[in-house]
Amino acid sequence: MTRDARGLRRALLHLVLVVLAALYLSPLVYMVSTSFKTRESAGSTEPAWIPDPVTTGAYRDILGSADSPVITWFANSLVAATGHAALVLVTAAPAAYALARLRFRGRGVIFTAIVATLFVPPVVLLIPNFLIVNELSWVDSLPAVIVPAAAGAFGVFFLRQFFLTLPAELEEAAELDGCDRWRIFVAIALPLARPALVTLFLLSFLTNWNDFLWPLYVLLSPESLTLPAGLGNFQSANSIRYDLLMAGAVIASLPVIALYLIAQRWVIEGISRSGLKG
Amino acid sequence: MSLLTRARDLPGAAEPGRSATRTPRMRPWTPYAFLAPYLTLFAVFMLLPIAFGGWTSLHEWDINLPAKPFVGLQNYADLFDPASVDGARFWTAMRATGIFTVASVPLLIVLPLLVALLMNGRFRGRNLYRAVYFAPYVLGVAVVGLVWRFLLDGNIGLVNHYLGLDVQWTTDVPAAWVALVGVTVWWTLGLNSVIFLAGLQDIPRELHEAAMVDGASAWHRFRAVTLPGLRPVTVFVVNATILASANMFGQSYLITGGAPADQTKTAIYLIAETGLRQFDMGTASAMSFVLAGCLMVVSALVFGAFRERSKP
Repeated sequence: MTRDARGLRRALLHLVLVVLAALYLSPLVYMVSTSFKTRESAGSTEPAWIPDPVTTGAYRDILGSADSPVITWFANSLVAATGHAALVLVTAAPAAYALARLRFRGRGVIFTAIVATLFVPPVVLLIPNFLIVNELSWVDSLPAVIVPAAAGAFGVFFLRQFFLTLPAELEEAAELDGCDRWRIFVAIALPLARPALVTLFLLSFLTNWNDFLWPLYVLLSPESLTLPAGLGNFQSANSIRYDLLMAGAVIASLPVIALYLIAQRWVIEGISRSGLKG
Repeated sequence: MSLLTRARDLPGAAEPGRSATRTPRMRPWTPYAFLAPYLTLFAVFMLLPIAFGGWTSLHEWDINLPAKPFVGLQNYADLFDPASVDGARFWTAMRATGIFTVASVPLLIVLPLLVALLMNGRFRGRNLYRAVYFAPYVLGVAVVGLVWRFLLDGNIGLVNHYLGLDVQWTTDVPAAWVALVGVTVWWTLGLNSVIFLAGLQDIPRELHEAAMVDGASAWHRFRAVTLPGLRPVTVFVVNATILASANMFGQSYLITGGAPADQTKTAIYLIAETGLRQFDMGTASAMSFVLAGCLMVVSALVFGAFRERSKP
């Protein structure tokens, strides 16, 4: 192949890729565009990619709506996702460290039990966890969407893989300096594990922020909903106000898109390497 | 010389092939203290519910009623009795789950593999394209459902407009299935792509080079080097995709609402409605165990199928 032909082929490949990528993202572009339309033009049969006129009316309407407290939902989601991700780190990190670095009776049994639950289809937890959460009087409150999911085996499994790779010499040296196990964990293992901890925090945050089924059923009153659950209810009540629905969708997307743009590498690599599945 | 260093010098003190260090300073309860917070959560929200769910499924259990009579396997018997209301509803929902899974899984294996092969080449902007195809996945199903409910609207949706069609994507079958599968492929294609891409990058370059020296064509190299190298990743992706598809809920809830006549209401949707809206928790628990049993059988079959093929 001559150089010109190769250049042409390359240009063609890029053209195809750019067109496909634009097509792939067009639903999201149209979502943003519609959120800046008037009620009439959002419901028009002639699609407009650039709103005319551009208005923030939909945002003002949905944020000011009495029966859909979007700001409260947003705050609930933020508290839930942050709290959940923090709880995962605080509980999984010491457990993973013990399972990776300490030798004790029952280690094998405990680790096997934790890993075995990775193969339990989550659907069997749905009804009984609701009953347990109900016993704890957590139904319709944020602990219900923060705590139970932190029992999953993924965080422990993920961090254990990381702690296994730490060189033993560091711990031995610290031990000679008189550090006890807790201090070695806090002062040596945790700082070294920072990339894994950040990745796990991001993945837990994203999963919790986007969770739909559980909050939809365990949170009941309008002021306790998370944003996805609120939007789910909102859709059934306002099925024709697409300007409002798209504004709500944009608001729900903003934090995760921001996180994704900032930490894209970590998110993609964390998910692909751990094979986390939604 | 401290007791500690002397203990380390003793023969047999360090277990061979272990990276964990000797831990003479550790109090006997230290590891359990490290584990306690997580194991508490694990016991209350993982082990207890598994047992509790089984117990519930053997009772006529309504959260609002004081009496929860033991009914043995009656809830299960009802599900397998096509004449019962619950049985009929359950198998309609299982059928919906089956249709969706069978239709979406092949697409969610083949298309992401093609995307991954394309992204595995070396060209400018590769990471940007990868980010583009992955982007929808970081949005939750709520956003994805709202956006596509709009695009698929029979009257004002973009899909009908650009395709020049007049199809009711959200209320007619089989159009609703095309819509639900299409939306799911758009949403999660990037996830499987990056997993495949990670797998492709783990295949040693030398294998491809050796095959090229032997004069193997691109197709030959794909068959002889790429596919075998991807086998472990493929087993994982196939399994995870089947499980995710069999748990499909949000798309059906938000886009079709189960319409028409509950034909696109998936099993997990029915379980949630039965247990958490009508509070018939005994029936819902029995349903979830039957669904889980089916999923575990399918997983075992997938592992079996891939093991068979690995034998020459």
